[in-house]
Amino acid sequence: MRSTLTDGPIDTAALLAEVARGANGATLLFIGTVREVNDDRPVTGIEYSAYRSMAEREIADIIREASEKFGTSDIVVEHRLGELTIGDASVAIAVAHARRGGAYDASRYVIEQLKKRVPIWKLEHYVDGTREWVGAAGQRVAEAIK
Amino acid sequence: MTVTVLLFASYADTLGKSQLELDLTSGATVSEVLGHVRAMPGAERLPPAPLVAVNERYARRDQVLIAGDEVAIIPPVAGG
Repeated sequence: MRSTLTDGPIDTAALLAEVARGANGATLLFIGTVREVNDDRPVTGIEYSAYRSMAEREIADIIREASEKFGTSDIVVEHRLGELTIGDASVAIAVAHARRGGAYDASRYVIEQLKKRVPIWKLEHYVDGTREWVGAAGQRVAEAIK
Repeated sequence: MTVTVLLFASYADTLGKSQLELDLTSGATVSEVLGHVRAMPGAERLPPAPLVAVNERYARRDQVLIAGDEVAIIPPVAGG
């Protein structure tokens, strides 16, 4: 299990190599990429920022939870920070498991929890030159801990 | 006692700073920190119940703080 916030490009092949073990019969790689349109607005890029120390801790917690729930310790997550352009990988999750069901479940759990809990923010840059902070799943967490 | 307050992303933009020190009375809670933040210029644009973390853990409004705590006001997260 490993997770990193990185300021440079994510080497997805290295992530796959990292989770490869003879005991695993299923390997999944999830890659989140910067989309060219968000909510009907053309996007030129996204600037990611984070509460770095907490984000690292929170991702590590999520991976530990996934490992316990779904029975594999072969999970590696990298999330990129800084300026990204369209098509760049912002997050990559490699999961390997003895069985495909566990691999899909663990991968899904990690990305869904990451989007709900990890203090990372994006400032979208639009074609018209404007910028806006993107709000997302935060309210659900707010409800949960109120 | 002094606690450090961290502001991020849209909240840092709205309030014009990313960090401040607050001097609070002993036994103060997260709610009192939010009260101070709400008194800052621009704070009217914050939501009614923003997320808060104390020492990197999500915290409730009634959590009692101790000197040196790091209280972060967390905007809606948008990772991935």
